[in-house]
Amino acid sequence: MAGMQAFVGVDTLPWLIALPLIFASASFLLGPRAARAIAPAGLVIGLLAAVVLAWQVAAGGSQRQALGGWAPPLGIELYADGLTALMLLMTAVVVLPVGLYARVYFERQPGVAGFWPLTWFLIGAMNALYLSADIFNLYVTLELLGLAAVGLIILTGGVQTIAAGMRYLLAALAGSLLYLLGVALLYGAHGTLAIALLAPLLAPAPYAGLAAALMVVGLLVKSALFPLHFWLPPAHGGAAAPVSALLSALVIKASFYLLLRLWLDLFGTISTAAAGQLLGWLGAAAILWGSVLALRQEKLKMLVAYSTVAQIGYLFLLFPLVTHTGAGAATSALAGGVMQALSHAAAKSAMFLAVGNMILSSARDDIASIDGLSARHPTSLFAFAMAGVSLMGLPPSGGFVAKWLLLQAALVAGQWWWIGVIIGGGLLTAAYVLQVLRCAFMPAPRGKIFQPVPRTLEFSALALAVVSLALGFVATGPLALLTGHRS
Amino acid sequence: MSLSEAFPLLVLAVSLGTGVVIFFLAERRHRLRSALNLGGATLKLVLVGVMLWGVFGQQHYETRYELLPGIDFALRADALGMLFITLSAVLWLLTTLYAIGYLEGSPHRSRFFGFFSLCITATTGIALAGNLLTFFLFYELLTLSTYPLVVHRGTDKALHAGKIYLAYTQAGGAVLLVGIAWLYSLAGNVEFTQGGVLSQFPPGHHAALATIFVLLIAGLGVKAALVPLHGWLPAAMAAPAPVSALLHAVAVVKAGAFGIVRVVYNVYGIEFAADLGLLVPLAIVACVTILYGSLRALVQDDLKKRLAFSTVSQVSYIIVGVAVFGPIGTIGGLVHLVHQGIMKVTLFFCAGNLAETLGVHHVSEMNGVGRRMPWTMAAFTVAAFGLIGVPPMAGFISKWYLGLGALAAHMPWVLGVLVASSLLNAAYLLPILHAAWFKPQEGPWPVETPRGRFETDWRLLGPPLVTALLTVGAGLLAAMPFSPLDWAKLIAAREYLR
Repeated sequence: MAGMQAFVGVDTLPWLIALPLIFASASFLLGPRAARAIAPAGLVIGLLAAVVLAWQVAAGGSQRQALGGWAPPLGIELYADGLTALMLLMTAVVVLPVGLYARVYFERQPGVAGFWPLTWFLIGAMNALYLSADIFNLYVTLELLGLAAVGLIILTGGVQTIAAGMRYLLAALAGSLLYLLGVALLYGAHGTLAIALLAPLLAPAPYAGLAAALMVVGLLVKSALFPLHFWLPPAHGGAAAPVSALLSALVIKASFYLLLRLWLDLFGTISTAAAGQLLGWLGAAAILWGSVLALRQEKLKMLVAYSTVAQIGYLFLLFPLVTHTGAGAATSALAGGVMQALSHAAAKSAMFLAVGNMILSSARDDIASIDGLSARHPTSLFAFAMAGVSLMGLPPSGGFVAKWLLLQAALVAGQWWWIGVIIGGGLLTAAYVLQVLRCAFMPAPRGKIFQPVPRTLEFSALALAVVSLALGFVATGPLALLTGHRS
Repeated sequence: MSLSEAFPLLVLAVSLGTGVVIFFLAERRHRLRSALNLGGATLKLVLVGVMLWGVFGQQHYETRYELLPGIDFALRADALGMLFITLSAVLWLLTTLYAIGYLEGSPHRSRFFGFFSLCITATTGIALAGNLLTFFLFYELLTLSTYPLVVHRGTDKALHAGKIYLAYTQAGGAVLLVGIAWLYSLAGNVEFTQGGVLSQFPPGHHAALATIFVLLIAGLGVKAALVPLHGWLPAAMAAPAPVSALLHAVAVVKAGAFGIVRVVYNVYGIEFAADLGLLVPLAIVACVTILYGSLRALVQDDLKKRLAFSTVSQVSYIIVGVAVFGPIGTIGGLVHLVHQGIMKVTLFFCAGNLAETLGVHHVSEMNGVGRRMPWTMAAFTVAAFGLIGVPPMAGFISKWYLGLGALAAHMPWVLGVLVASSLLNAAYLLPILHAAWFKPQEGPWPVETPRGRFETDWRLLGPPLVTALLTVGAGLLAAMPFSPLDWAKLIAAREYLR
């Protein structure tokens, strides 16, 4: 740790945004071959920067930085607390293996020259969103993120995903528009956009309630919470494997983070228990609906995409448990929800990469076509299974820790009905994960040919799966960062 | 970290390390894999032996690590855990040798032995778990690591069995998790403690604690195959013979029964559980299971299925021992944990030998088989007599203490159940022996495949002979130090004479 002292004075916050944007421009200007060559270095530097920021927050508390020396309400301020640091770290940890995977995956597809500039742009937009402290900048970053995501889907998915991409674009625009309306209402009433300045001014009033409702619904569309999830499965299921991994693991979390941030830091005075319950019940419906549809899918990637619809539901179980419940329940619930976000990021990206490998190997996308895979590609299957364990919430995994904390919160808050939702969702998850494993364990028909899969692809998936399990053992670290450094 | 702190982790790491290395071993490296398997199992046995000696001398072995704020991952060696871990380590070595012989020439052996090692890692963790959450962690790992073994053959039947197995055990695990989470929300970190930890709760909480008890027992009862949660066990007989040994004797049903022992003695405390009125219902469930399992075993023609229903019945002897209040019953239950293991593993080894060598799968095909495979059937006979409870076999010791314990606890009807069950045991096992030894062979064997110099491969023959000897030895030498009975008495003394 002594070596980390050197970083105390470093302004990490702007660099976390600037670095991906520099790499985006460089990748665009230098061309695809150079972009591919410089990517690993950029990803590693990004990870280091996120680690340094996490360390700074752990050691020195939340960080604020006014860009250009202008304090709000005039200037733009960047802000990072424990939650921010965790989200940045999550992004950096996931994009590194996914990036290494994509380097190999797209090697033989020169047509996707736009992948690296867009991916860097996506990372920059996400980091900027996590670091923004005012509701208008948050809108801008959200919009940029949506555009980068749509670009990646259409660029890598081929002709058949254009419709899905356009549907995603429309949903994303509608979501941001609703959000922007809410922002306008609040700005009109109070003349400031900074969360920290706005929060004390907010009191229960019709305009404030309307603004909050608009912003929340807009973010629900972007987070694909049931019943606003319609755009997600075709978009995430249709994109190329590494893009699906980025979208399902990370992009969804950005709008969820924003909602959580507003709920905790801005709407504290105007949120009601009933609103929290409503979000929780939508989450419960998402778990049920997403899982049942995942069970009914015949295509591998669609199964994983519907699994995302279900797993998003777990994130929203934290809202009823943090809203006007005791401190004990609220702490557990927040910790559980954030752990769910982190472990789902690792597990879902691992799963999309593993499924990508399965499809590369058998050259087909339906679940029934992977028979015999357990003997031919045990590493990919093992990665899929380990990620599945985390999604099911079985120990030892990050998913289990998340589930355990949510269970504890529900018990302490006396809201026992969520127990059934959490447990039932786990069993449904087990059912659809097992469906894939079952097919993979069947003996291959005679003469079946498997294509070779490069080792990098197999081990990237495995690495992310290991992260999702390892989170179950090192949960005290992230949780200390989260609970110790809330403003 | 001192040696006594690192020791439980070391024991765990031996099995885990073996498994991980084997996973990454090329399929054709048969010799290296066998050497690793047997070396790992032997090393583990040695380490367990050292730890056993230490625990006997009141040495404290504990590994602790903060998993979540206020919740620890704890591995600790106590007398009860050592009983289970010693059983599993001994049977593990024998089962590994058996499996190497059994699977010779079949595909996917790296995968099989990798999960095999993972499975014993989970069992070790269950035995050493120092609190309920750690126990749960390994309990679920056991479910996950046995699934690939059950479906190993990849046939429709095996996949179906795997599906049923997972459906039961996942549901059981979910119920168990609810019980544990609820208990933690009331009591905080629930460490396994001699005499239990919950008796200080005020009466206002007693209804909740009783409900939690039901949830915990229901969750654990799935693996312990308590009726009506036993359905997966007969279905899982589609698995290869060494896996059956694992399910029935070494790991899975034992994990359930062991968990129930832990919950009653080290979480609730036997006296507090009796005060809450929980033990009599538990005894009734166990007795129903004993009778139901035996009755179903009577009518099975499939040998492995008959043995499976016999397991359903026999495991509940352990539960009966737990549920009758008093040290003698406790001794009977605990000693049966070991005795049932060595007797049942013998029977499954022998059933595997018959199936692999002669293609005999059904009781009706066993006429005259004693003449063709005398050593196998001799081992089978010893174990069968043991299960029935004929002195001086191990099973007699169990039943003797259970019966005495039932009388001491003023539950004479339990004694009646034990007697009836022994008669039923005789009724479903003796006809097998009669057919094998006294009836003449009818026609050729279904699929005869000679293996090696002896009546079958030596690796298939050795393990059942050893476990048969253990069955006799555990009974004859029950009064010797470090016999299962002696160790069970030690546990009971530490439990009741605090």
